[in-house]
Amino acid sequence: MDKLLLRGGRIIDPSQNIDSEMDLLIEGGKIAALGKDIYRSGVDSPKTSLADFKIIDLQGMVVAPGLIDMHTHLREPGFEYRETIRTGSEAASHGGFTSVACMPNTRPVNDNRSVTEFIIRRAAECNLINVYPIAAISRGSEGVTLTEFMDLKDAGAVAFSDDGKPVTNSALMRRALEYASSLDMPIISHCEDVGLSAGGTINEGLVSTELGLAGIPAMAEDVMVARDILISEFTGTVLHIAHVSTAGAVRLIRDARARGVKVTAETAPHYFSLTDEAAKEFDTNAKVYPPLRSMEDVMAIKEGLRDGAIAAIASDHAPHAITDKEVEFEYAASGIAGLETALALSLKLVTDGILTLNQLIEKMSTNPARILHLAKGTLRVGADADITVVDPEKVWTVDPQGLRSKGKNSPFLGWTLKGKAILTIVGGEIKHQ
Amino acid sequence: MKLSKKDLLGIRDLTVDEINLILETAESFIEVSTRDIKKVPTLRGKTVINLFLEASTRTRTSFEIAGKRLSADTINISSTTSSIVKGETLIDTAKNLEAMNPDAIVIRHSAAGAPQILARIMKQPIINAGDGAHEHPTQALLDMMTIKAKKGKISGLKIAIVGDIAHSRVARSNIYGLTRMGAHVTVAGPATMMPRYIDRMGVRVCCRLEEAIRDADIIMMLRIQTERQQENLFPSLREYANYFCLNGENIKLAKDDVLVMHPGPINRGVEIAPEIADGPYSVILDQVTNGVAVRMALLYLLTGGK
Repeated sequence: MDKLLLRGGRIIDPSQNIDSEMDLLIEGGKIAALGKDIYRSGVDSPKTSLADFKIIDLQGMVVAPGLIDMHTHLREPGFEYRETIRTGSEAASHGGFTSVACMPNTRPVNDNRSVTEFIIRRAAECNLINVYPIAAISRGSEGVTLTEFMDLKDAGAVAFSDDGKPVTNSALMRRALEYASSLDMPIISHCEDVGLSAGGTINEGLVSTELGLAGIPAMAEDVMVARDILISEFTGTVLHIAHVSTAGAVRLIRDARARGVKVTAETAPHYFSLTDEAAKEFDTNAKVYPPLRSMEDVMAIKEGLRDGAIAAIASDHAPHAITDKEVEFEYAASGIAGLETALALSLKLVTDGILTLNQLIEKMSTNPARILHLAKGTLRVGADADITVVDPEKVWTVDPQGLRSKGKNSPFLGWTLKGKAILTIVGGEIKHQ
Repeated sequence: MKLSKKDLLGIRDLTVDEINLILETAESFIEVSTRDIKKVPTLRGKTVINLFLEASTRTRTSFEIAGKRLSADTINISSTTSSIVKGETLIDTAKNLEAMNPDAIVIRHSAAGAPQILARIMKQPIINAGDGAHEHPTQALLDMMTIKAKKGKISGLKIAIVGDIAHSRVARSNIYGLTRMGAHVTVAGPATMMPRYIDRMGVRVCCRLEEAIRDADIIMMLRIQTERQQENLFPSLREYANYFCLNGENIKLAKDDVLVMHPGPINRGVEIAPEIADGPYSVILDQVTNGVAVRMALLYLLTGGK
């Protein structure tokens, strides 16, 4: 059935300042109409009758523009034992995401047209969500030579990042920011001073001292955030900071934005949901880069989300196999599989009064679309019908068997969360219900 | 009385009563090692595996002797390479060992938290013989036993721990144990060797040896690992020795009846002058002797020996 009527849900679309109980009509993969009781009056033809629609009643549900996760690791090509584009797409869809941007640290690294095209082709075969490849800044993400930005953009890349590794050479970062700006493409920076973080496995603080684990100081992130802001200020071009985890980084970004630097930032749910205490029993599922920080940092991240210093919430979905994690803490892989818990953990910010539901949808859909220049994140008539329907009251428990991702590496296993995507629609087709 | 715990993973997990129980049990085992025939049948028929995945001479030998004096069958597995390098995970190693039905596992590992992995998956008691820079509980227990034997108490004593606190599992276990037993602990070393927020573990922090040892009842010197120089924790051994070596001169700042301890192996002339290591204040070899008794006590208490 080509026509779908979502009836009676609370429609929230920050791109149009809409928040009200309405019906939404989907036709031909696009949003055809939006309004109160539209099915009664007929849409664009008086002959339209209810029988022509598949109708879904959504009283009490939230209908939002499809959520966009601007920072995921789908692991394919190269690390299919951790995740594939298919399982990652299933996890995304299950978690309420209609689009994801995937980082280039695959094997081979996505530093050329053929890898970018491969990812897009595989995603199309899976046909579950929109997958937007982020290409590497430097060849092999080795921090030496720029990749072919123009060719990669033409192939379908939406941004450039050496995520997982920082660009240590400041001159290379400068050239990347300049060159990308001529293409109107964002540079996404993984901010880490590797001299300061070397050997570290968790945040440097009381927990690392007690456990005798080498620490990663918060300033390892702050120093690089400061550098990248200075470079962006100098070049006057757009910079996006990935996975912000520290109070210092939030402050630097806030100050830079106030003086007009074109910097945006994202954080991940674990940075406002957990502190380094989560690693106290050597739980490798709580090992992640950047590491879980202190309570002061968590408070600052929340404040940054509230006041707008942090524009987006991204999962930094980093699936790992059990074999990567069930080893000694210092040998364990870093990362948290987050696609399926991101929404519920973020909804807690609404419950706790830090964000309104509108602001949350902005940070998980509208703003990521804007930062990546995607024609998504809106319920405007004529736009692609990418829609996420959320049951904000649904209580569920995070259970490894219930996760679609191959990666069960989550510090939230066993947590009871509130709020779940009950319907994910991409291009007018229901992909998850 | 028995220990209610399955494992001994760290001093941090122990209550004062549990520490006292272990020390009292150890005291009762001292005598066994002085006999002509140094063997009691307590753990006859029991198997103890010493899984040493990091180089060790003293601790491994001490555990082996402790097991043998209790009549346990002791098996030593030594490897300087990590299980990862060998291609077998620690969990697989543990499952294989478990399948052979040992009665206790003693583990030494370069990675902090490795004993916790064994404890989680194995039903047998696990004894931590040192994990990374995390804990070395049997060392702290033998240190406490030595202090108690010489001073009659731990509570109220002024104890200085000097050296690379950041990288020392001995320091951590002793900080947990000694503060819990009521001692006043001061840690000292260059600021590069002080881990962040160490003061929140209930110790006084200072950067000069002289300040730390003034009026001290006990001075514990830690071994300097010379490779730390490459990480710029100190500029040269010469400078370290000039400013942090306990010698016949600076020891006068301490109480007249001060005890000098060292977990070994010592770097003579670096952190401790030969005349101090071999001098009248030194109880370094008493520590080694007591180590056997402490480990006998733990094997006994954790395997439920009769």
